[in-house]
Amino acid sequence: MLVYYLDLAFRGLKRNRVLTALMVLAVAMGIGACMTTFTVLHVLSGDPLPGRSGSLYYPQIDPRDMESYTSGVEPPEQVTWLDGLYLLHARRGSHQALMTGGMVPLQPAQSSIDPFHANARYTTADFFPMFGVPFQYGSAWSQAEDDSKARVVVISSALNDKLFGGKNSVGKTIRLQQTDFRIIGVLGDWRPNPHFYDLYMGAYADYEDVYVPLFTARDLSMDHDGTTDCWGNGASDPQHLEQSSCTWLQFWVQLDNPASVTAYKAFLQHYSEDQHAAGRFVRPPNVRLRNVTQWLDFKQVVPSDTRLQAWLSVGFLIVCLINTVGLMLAKFMRRAGELGVRRALGASRRALFGQLLLESGVIGLAGGVLGLLLSLLGLWLIRQQPSDYAKLAHMDSLMLLATFALSVVASMLAGLLPAWRACRIAPALQLKAQ
Amino acid sequence: MTLHPMIAALRKHKAGVVLIAMQIALTLAIVCNAIFIIYARVENVRRPTGMDESNLFMVTQQWVGAPSGDDAASIQKLDAMQREDLNTLRSLSDVESVTPVDTLPLFPSSWNGSVALKPGTDLRSGTARSTYYFGDEQLLKTLGLHLIAGRNFTAADITNKGFRDPAEASMVIITKALADKLYPQGDAVGKVIYLDGGNKPTTIIGEVERLQVPSVDSWASSFVWNSTIEPMRLNANFSRYAIRAKPGRLDAAMRAVPPALYAANPMRVLDDDSIKSFKDIRAEAYRADIGMAVLMGVVCVILLAVTAAGIVGLTSFWVGQRHRQIGVRRALGARKVDILHYFQLENLLIAGTGAVIGIALAIGLNMVLMENFAMDRMPVVYVLCGLVIVMVLGQVAVFVPARRASNVPPVVATRTV
Repeated sequence: MLVYYLDLAFRGLKRNRVLTALMVLAVAMGIGACMTTFTVLHVLSGDPLPGRSGSLYYPQIDPRDMESYTSGVEPPEQVTWLDGLYLLHARRGSHQALMTGGMVPLQPAQSSIDPFHANARYTTADFFPMFGVPFQYGSAWSQAEDDSKARVVVISSALNDKLFGGKNSVGKTIRLQQTDFRIIGVLGDWRPNPHFYDLYMGAYADYEDVYVPLFTARDLSMDHDGTTDCWGNGASDPQHLEQSSCTWLQFWVQLDNPASVTAYKAFLQHYSEDQHAAGRFVRPPNVRLRNVTQWLDFKQVVPSDTRLQAWLSVGFLIVCLINTVGLMLAKFMRRAGELGVRRALGASRRALFGQLLLESGVIGLAGGVLGLLLSLLGLWLIRQQPSDYAKLAHMDSLMLLATFALSVVASMLAGLLPAWRACRIAPALQLKAQ
Repeated sequence: MTLHPMIAALRKHKAGVVLIAMQIALTLAIVCNAIFIIYARVENVRRPTGMDESNLFMVTQQWVGAPSGDDAASIQKLDAMQREDLNTLRSLSDVESVTPVDTLPLFPSSWNGSVALKPGTDLRSGTARSTYYFGDEQLLKTLGLHLIAGRNFTAADITNKGFRDPAEASMVIITKALADKLYPQGDAVGKVIYLDGGNKPTTIIGEVERLQVPSVDSWASSFVWNSTIEPMRLNANFSRYAIRAKPGRLDAAMRAVPPALYAANPMRVLDDDSIKSFKDIRAEAYRADIGMAVLMGVVCVILLAVTAAGIVGLTSFWVGQRHRQIGVRRALGARKVDILHYFQLENLLIAGTGAVIGIALAIGLNMVLMENFAMDRMPVVYVLCGLVIVMVLGQVAVFVPARRASNVPPVVATRTV
């Protein structure tokens, strides 16, 4: 039966090729546009660390003065050196790291490579185990190296390829800002998107090439990049950021269960109250504790143009589908005679309905295949754009499946009304008209 | 011809009529919002910065091993290095003029604050937000700014300070937009203002016609033309220079810069993006806007094509269905043009209904976009523009099937198929 219906469907589709082509094209363009924009949206709003992001938290506390204070105002998005150190040393989570970003001049030992600026992250030892950073060679530094301000560095695999041709460079020396650093680890493939732990360097920015212990970096006055927010008379002099009333560090903590999250929130509240009582904080305690997903939502990292494009493509798909409904209606009604004959020969209304729906399903599948090609083309075009997220625009199996499901479901839906109308034709009337 | 029989006929094809009307309504809503977005982006990109942008480029470099302290000796050492660079660049044969700068319009780096008419005003309640540019007496000439009142800086006016030093300049040149905001009577030159809530008075010595702020993001849209130029060299372990090449010598000048700077002092980093023509800076700043405008344009065209195809398809079907009735009308004396007009009028009726719904949808969509995407209210002209487009589209699309209908011979009426 199904084979027969399929045969009928193909015959039906072949009868009016222009109309069929128009329908397939309309479905394909709608699907293509939708899947292109939704793939970009999917990639950009993806989970940077699947399996881990739920237990990684970003505490915020409010150490600012009363200037332009309103109750319930959002606390600063970074922490001060004093608060960061306190939270770090309190060790209330299973892992915690204090960090900030910067650019360091790197002078390669080889004269063939000119000195250049490397993207750097200054952080503490837990950064690597907490974020599950994979290592190709060597390992991360430990707290002992943090405390001793050791001149050690972890480099990315890209930098290792550039400087050492991808060979194991652990133990070798690189020169950062006039100081020799010993390489103790080379990262494997690590590129969580978005760059969730420090959005100030660009949400889909290039990843850091060198990772230096935070205290070492401060000891050597390495340049700090990113946002520095100061209040009061706090001068944002980069050499004395430790003493100034400025927020410029990110602090992340790993909390493994709901009980520890509640406890941590209480801990932040107590800390704020203590500081308030001691007179260092003048605002009433005001804390936030968001996990990675909540933090990314709050920061609205997905560019608004991308969201606008996704909405636009949905509108576009709807117009394409309405168009297909209209064309299918015209097509099915034109075959009223043929359908009348089938009814007169004993085919049930249900059988006709099924047959017509199958025909629209075939159009949907064809539209889906073409739409997939169009969205691959669309993604390729996006990858040619120089924006920082462009190179991430790739289709994955989930979106591939979604493309086909969407196109078949959409065109079946589009086929419902025309098929229903067509099989309500009275057979006698059609036969008489012939 | 009265509309009554036409409406009676349309009632027989409710589904088709509703579909076309819906499609036209949605198309109208999307197209006029898209045109509005395109217009807003293009308008953004087309606004002049106030500079003469041709033959202009920028150099950013960093010294290796330069002093990093904020003490006077370190600052003077850094300033000597910067002046050496300036002399080196000014002596190049393809270079017309050079100024040290902290940033340029459209370059993603800016120094923003507020200026006020009274001292000690809090930052947030200053009279006007402004961006600060720092440069020397050659800044106006190098950027090609038009001085419309007062005077330019002289070499004697130029001072220097550490990058992190909060000291304010004693004189500034401001843009006309900022001057008009501060002194609406147009007599800003010679008056005193206070920068960033400070207590030290700063005199306005000149006004330039126009100078855009660096940021093209929406947060800076409230003060796009409020720029303040301070006569200072900023000293840090990096420096930035704006350079005007002699006419037609831009490429040569850009190529000549790195060897000259390395020859003067090899202890520095100049990498791939260190030397940028202003054309590239402009292209990078507006890339997203242009991309969005192009995308919107393509979507509009495809959408209109799809809608036209839908109208052609359904009308063709109706013509086929009414073959005999058309024959009968022709046999009863209707002329070809009457049949043609019938279908055209029918389309006008359907498209008109769709367009009325579409106008409501368009305004609704605009309100949603205003709420979620920081867009402005769409002027009525865009809705009218969309209306004209879909009505014309409907008439164009209906013409071919309508003409086919008008060619149905009267003899069809007498045939019993």
